[in-house]
Amino acid sequence: MKPFIVCEHVDFGYENQDAVMDLSLEIKPGDYLCIVGANGSGKSTLIKGLLGLLTPTAGRLTVAEELQRGGIGYLPQQTAAQRDFPAAVSEVVLSGTLSRRGNRPFYSRAEKELAQRSMERLGILDLKKRCYRELSGGQQQRVLIARALCATEQMLILDEPVTGLDPSSIQEFYGLIRELNQRDHITIIMVSHDIRNVVSEAGKILHMQQRALFFGTAEDYAESGAGREFLGGKT
Amino acid sequence: MILEMLSYPFLVRALLGGALVSLCASLLGVSLVLKRYSMIGDGLSHVSFGALSVAVAVGWSPLAVSIPVVTVAAFFLLRITENSRIRSDAAIAMISASSLAAGIVVTSLTTGMTTDVSSYMFGSILAMSRQDVILAGVLSVVVLCLFIFCYHKIFAVTFDESFAKATGVRVKIYNVLIAALTAVTIVLGMRMMGAMLISSLIIFPALTAMEIFKSFRSVVVCSGILSVLCFCGGMIVSYGLSVPAGASVVLVNLAVFAAVSLVKFPQ
Repeated sequence: MKPFIVCEHVDFGYENQDAVMDLSLEIKPGDYLCIVGANGSGKSTLIKGLLGLLTPTAGRLTVAEELQRGGIGYLPQQTAAQRDFPAAVSEVVLSGTLSRRGNRPFYSRAEKELAQRSMERLGILDLKKRCYRELSGGQQQRVLIARALCATEQMLILDEPVTGLDPSSIQEFYGLIRELNQRDHITIIMVSHDIRNVVSEAGKILHMQQRALFFGTAEDYAESGAGREFLGGKT
Repeated sequence: MILEMLSYPFLVRALLGGALVSLCASLLGVSLVLKRYSMIGDGLSHVSFGALSVAVAVGWSPLAVSIPVVTVAAFFLLRITENSRIRSDAAIAMISASSLAAGIVVTSLTTGMTTDVSSYMFGSILAMSRQDVILAGVLSVVVLCLFIFCYHKIFAVTFDESFAKATGVRVKIYNVLIAALTAVTIVLGMRMMGAMLISSLIIFPALTAMEIFKSFRSVVVCSGILSVLCFCGGMIVSYGLSVPAGASVVLVNLAVFAAVSLVKFPQ
């Protein structure tokens, strides 16, 4: 199968400083990739690059045509301002269809149906009229995934999605992502600090420290030098 | 009493212009408050005071000077807020105090502290000229069009800038547009409401509406309606008790906010 994204010796950075250096990787359809690394290791910069918000300062980044057309679903880190935002769940989910809409000012029936299906799929249809700020952390996360799925059927990029969730919501969340990955064959790229869970959930691991310290399968990662040090240091 | 009020042409102008400015301020305010940019309104009103004092001292047309200056200041304040390297709250406080000081020094060097200056600080209903009312009308049309035709984009930009950016919304343009419109709103409303009080028009209706409603659409609509009602209420109070208009409007807004909060949390 043709890969979705290919990075060949790519650098990403701001002004005169490169946050990501000499990175080579391939993301194939159906992959479940986790990006780990210390704070400031270039994870968020890489995500921005993959989303097309930054252009590489060196090297080559190739994004498959179907991905360019279908778009990438993105789940950014939650901000404090969002947690108490007065918005109905349906409004938030509908905003995921924005990219399909171009400059038309109002939503069409097709977009509303898409949002409806997306909410159904994540089991939040009964929350439709509820206010986003009244939901639990886990429910909010579901709403944001439903929104991202309105934007794409192909790839989800999640930036530290489990931060601030309680342990049972975290398990539920990983179950949901697993289902989307295995049943619906949605490619997942996730940035996470939750290293222990990640190693057992993800198929592939990218350990960043400006450069890629490790890129390969999760099993190999647990055995590798970088993995053992990171896993060992996190108890 | 209302009929009596409407028999004074200057009061009709003040009511009309003020209601339009309140409407714009409250709509823009929803977005600003939710994005945690409330302080920008306060900062801009002080910049506006500085620009106005200088314009009057030099003898230029107040609006022609202050609208561009405040718009530039709005871009600048947005930039600082986006740029996390500088502490934005401190920077805004610094800028507003400096422009206030500059305004005061320039005025006392030239005309001296006259009633004019005091009316900029605390507002005067005599300040609304015909030209101001027309400008307020144009501004309201622009703001209303923005909120009707780009409503979903404004929602996306307000709720989640990163997601909006990733789905191809040009976030910067909307931020700049909102900042520029806020700047014009503040300049227009300032002479009537007063530099010290104008930012309340941006903040109060949005906060009250957020107490009552749970969806973004109803918050925006409610904020607009409340703002106009509170403004008119404030004007009636001001006329009845012969107290300054700006302060009365702020107090009516506060009363409505307090009443709503009390009803909502009876415990």
